[in-house]
Amino acid sequence: MESRRNPRAVVDPKVRQVGFFTSSQPDSSSTQQQQQQTDPIPASASSPPVSTISPSGNSLSPVMIPPPRLNSSDTFPLRGAAAGASSAVSPSSFSYSNRRDFPDGSTTASPGRHSRGSFVKSSTPVASSLPGIGMDSMAAAKSSSVPASGLTTVSVATMPPGLAEKASGMEVQSDQKKNSKPLKEKTTKAERRAIQEAQRAAKAAAKADGGKVPPGTSASVASTSVKVAKPAKPSTQKNEVSVAAGVTEKKGGPSEKDRKKDAPHPRMQYDDESRVVKAKRRAVVKQTEAKNRVELFRHLPQYEHGTQLPDLETKFFQLDPMHPAVYKVGLQYLSGDISGGNARCIAMLQAFQEVVKDYSTPPEKNLNRDMTAKISSYVSFLIECRPLSISMGNAIRFVKNRIAKLPITLSESEAKAALQSDIERFINDKIIGADMVIVKHAVTKIRDGDVLLTYGSPTAVEMILLHAHELKKKFRVLVVDSRPKLEGQLLLRRLIKRGISCTYTHINAISYIMHEVTKVFLGASSVLSNGTVYSRVGTACVAMVASAFRVPVLVCCEAYKFHERVQLDSICSNELGDPNAISKVHGREDINYLDGLTNNANLQFLNLMYDATPSDYISMIITDYGMVPPTSVPVIVREYQKEHLLV
Amino acid sequence: MDFQVVILAGGFSSNLVPLVSKEVPKALLPVANRPVLSYVLDLLESNNLKDLIVVVEGEDAALKVGGWISSACVDRLHVEVAAVAENIGTAGALRAIAHHLTAKDILIVSGDIVSDIPPGAVAATHRRHDAVVTVMLCAQPVSGPSESGGSSGKDKTKKPACEDIVGLDSWKQFLLYIAKGTEIKKDTRVNKSILCAAGKMELRSDLMDSHIYAFKRSVLQEVLDQKPAFRSLKQDVLPYLVRTQLRSDVSSDQNNVEENGNGKDNMQNNEVVLSQILSNASLPSFHQVYESGLDSRKTHKCCVYIADESKIFVRLNSIQAFMDVNRDVIGDANHLSGYSFSAHHNIVHPSAELGSKTTVGPHCMLGEGSQVGDKCSVKRSVIGRHCRIGSNVKIVNSVVMDHATIGDGCSIQGSVICSNAQLQERATLRDCQVEAGYIVCAGGEHKGETFARR
Repeated sequence: MESRRNPRAVVDPKVRQVGFFTSSQPDSSSTQQQQQQTDPIPASASSPPVSTISPSGNSLSPVMIPPPRLNSSDTFPLRGAAAGASSAVSPSSFSYSNRRDFPDGSTTASPGRHSRGSFVKSSTPVASSLPGIGMDSMAAAKSSSVPASGLTTVSVATMPPGLAEKASGMEVQSDQKKNSKPLKEKTTKAERRAIQEAQRAAKAAAKADGGKVPPGTSASVASTSVKVAKPAKPSTQKNEVSVAAGVTEKKGGPSEKDRKKDAPHPRMQYDDESRVVKAKRRAVVKQTEAKNRVELFRHLPQYEHGTQLPDLETKFFQLDPMHPAVYKVGLQYLSGDISGGNARCIAMLQAFQEVVKDYSTPPEKNLNRDMTAKISSYVSFLIECRPLSISMGNAIRFVKNRIAKLPITLSESEAKAALQSDIERFINDKIIGADMVIVKHAVTKIRDGDVLLTYGSPTAVEMILLHAHELKKKFRVLVVDSRPKLEGQLLLRRLIKRGISCTYTHINAISYIMHEVTKVFLGASSVLSNGTVYSRVGTACVAMVASAFRVPVLVCCEAYKFHERVQLDSICSNELGDPNAISKVHGREDINYLDGLTNNANLQFLNLMYDATPSDYISMIITDYGMVPPTSVPVIVREYQKEHLLV
Repeated sequence: MDFQVVILAGGFSSNLVPLVSKEVPKALLPVANRPVLSYVLDLLESNNLKDLIVVVEGEDAALKVGGWISSACVDRLHVEVAAVAENIGTAGALRAIAHHLTAKDILIVSGDIVSDIPPGAVAATHRRHDAVVTVMLCAQPVSGPSESGGSSGKDKTKKPACEDIVGLDSWKQFLLYIAKGTEIKKDTRVNKSILCAAGKMELRSDLMDSHIYAFKRSVLQEVLDQKPAFRSLKQDVLPYLVRTQLRSDVSSDQNNVEENGNGKDNMQNNEVVLSQILSNASLPSFHQVYESGLDSRKTHKCCVYIADESKIFVRLNSIQAFMDVNRDVIGDANHLSGYSFSAHHNIVHPSAELGSKTTVGPHCMLGEGSQVGDKCSVKRSVIGRHCRIGSNVKIVNSVVMDHATIGDGCSIQGSVICSNAQLQERATLRDCQVEAGYIVCAGGEHKGETFARR
């Protein structure tokens, strides 16, 4: 039994996904909590980091994931066992147990056909009535929004549903999704069950016709599962295999599944063609993939630069459900107007604050659930604009957690105020406050006569340098920079303006310049739990040279950027920048020697954005919890991660 | 998206005089048998902008336009028509409807454009830079019927070489200078501080202002209030904003308010750090650099969106442009017309009657219920609804509006025949405009004339 317990923590959510998708988001998270509370036994040494991830944050958190196990048949007994075990833990939360409770009367005879019929009957009104409702309310909102005085309203839009459908496919999709919900709530539990049963049966039937599933598999699955839902099983399984085989992440509640449809997984393997095609179909941003990509980094997304922005711009008014603030932030990510982990995170959170401010719960919906879904759709949009940084993933997880934890008794305005202040507090405490503390710690390490080296333009380090200068410490700064972003120049400009004496060099000269350096201050995009520092590309090189010269390397990183993931190289997870950025020099036509070679099949550009610095090269990590060696990162992750989410 | 759309549809434009009349305001001039306003509305509708304010000069015109919109766009768009006094200019028109503007940003579209440039792109650029005004620039159209090979009109379509002169920064994002090409005689003044701040300015004459603007509402209203003398958006407001972008008066009040608000806040320090982080994260535009160099300076941004050259953009602001638009919509830019073309690249309405041995060439359009007699030839022309055309008539490169009557043996080249006009037998017109309801006597030969009742 002990051997099965650990896998269970991983497999559990998969089982949950098999169940009823109508069960609410807060439900699933609360059951998880419940599970944590009522069942402390499986929370053995290794499991807490896994179980603390709330299902709502899952797809965002770039967790390292066990390899896909669904392909092998030996998972099925395991799943069965898991199901059994889980139903013992919290009987109400899982579909299996539900199905067992199910009154046999309604599904005894030929469950598939019978219930399919009922599904058809009940689904037709959904299709016909609901878009109309949506349009009506839209029209009403419109006519009320403009003051009528002085203007003559010559034409009022009372759009037939068909027309609106043409307007934008995406909108309609989301509409239908939204619209189908209230109706679902009207139906009784039994009806809902029948509908689902029928859907599943239909899917299974369709699948059986295709004959893709070997009968043996379905039989073995069915034998482990409850007898009533025989045809249901293979379909869900296929679902999982196709959607999530490589994704291999724990799956949470129903909204999770919905979002899967909307968003490419943040860590999607882009060399898997079938999945890329699928993701492309639902993408908002048109993404033309670059042609010549470096083989090793094929799993990372790389798009033809310059095609995305104009396309997104032209769609400005067509993305109706998008909040303007989110849209603006997305555009800024895409165009590179905002870069840097902290800034991106703050910009996103501020956009979310706007979202919360302008939010009003649609009728017959639950704030917690609807807002989570909204935020999820925004996040998937932001991912399309630029892959999330780990810090943003953590922040999103925090926001979602706060939404899920909102007491149901709160009124809408109270809930909104609470959320806004929560986000505000996250920005103030976890980002700015953390920076202040880091500055306080780090300044003690700067002595008179020091020569400090920094690379790129890390916000925390800049604050440290400025503060040290204010304290009248005498030191010199070496700003090391690299093409193509040349962020160091911006830092340099600001430092010089404050009267700090600086030296500016490029990373090519690092081995020479390192002789005179006494301390190296670096920023980080994230610190992983094996002490690896994931940061701007080039950081690893600087750290390595520094450690070779026995120069202490201090990494300044706010604790909200820590992540429990373990990464050994910078290949498996990285981001590819615009290849043109390294092949061209802006404004210098005379040295653009690679002109015209961009599409040559023999030439591949690699513009990596991040690299991973092994913990060996790092002397100390300065965070808001103090100065720690890289080996202590897991402790901070373990002890404070929960606190992060709670603030 | 918090945008309001204002369409400036004008009134009875003076430079289109024989074509527009009391019955037909500029917005309703037919382009390929559809009012020109419908192209704008279609463009906006396809971009999911369904809540529009149409501003028309003059009550009569407003009634006409309103009547047409309500018949054509009912159930599709939510359109409100505002009538403003005549000859108060575009700025005046906006002043008149200022109290209806509530959104954060205003998209102002001229009502006489035929284009497929998505206005969303302007709005997105505007938002991305948080600009005060964003101007859409597009390539100068090839004017005159030169490429279509029409022999007519070549001599009279010598337009001024450049319509607008614009100055851009090196990233082609900001507008540093704008002037009308016709206004510049020999020399012009360029603001030195802007030039210094930007470092480099690219002056271009191959771009022209497309009269699609996105304005920040607060700023626009402020400027309109403070400068009552401003009459035109393009000639007064826009150059003013561009000129003052480094010593901004307009947005300063707002910023002060914001700063005061911050000052009261206990978290003031945090706010400062926050804004610093955000501003440090991005590549500073020259505005920010300039601002940081001199304290207490306020700047605002004037951005441009340069439309793709493959996009079509025509403004209907002269008679020649009217001919060009009609030709393009039936010819090269036929996806804009919304009609499906036959195999011969022309549109002949099924109810139109053609006599024997009559040919209708490519890039032609024959409206509903029109009758064409025997042995006629129609080339590159648009013929409206219920026209009656006799035998042996030759129509080339022309526009014939609804209900016109053309007698036998007429020859029409490069001309515009307005609705209800009548051409008696064997009249020969070349580069002429015939006012609505005018009767051209039989047998006359006319070249480059304008027929209008005095």
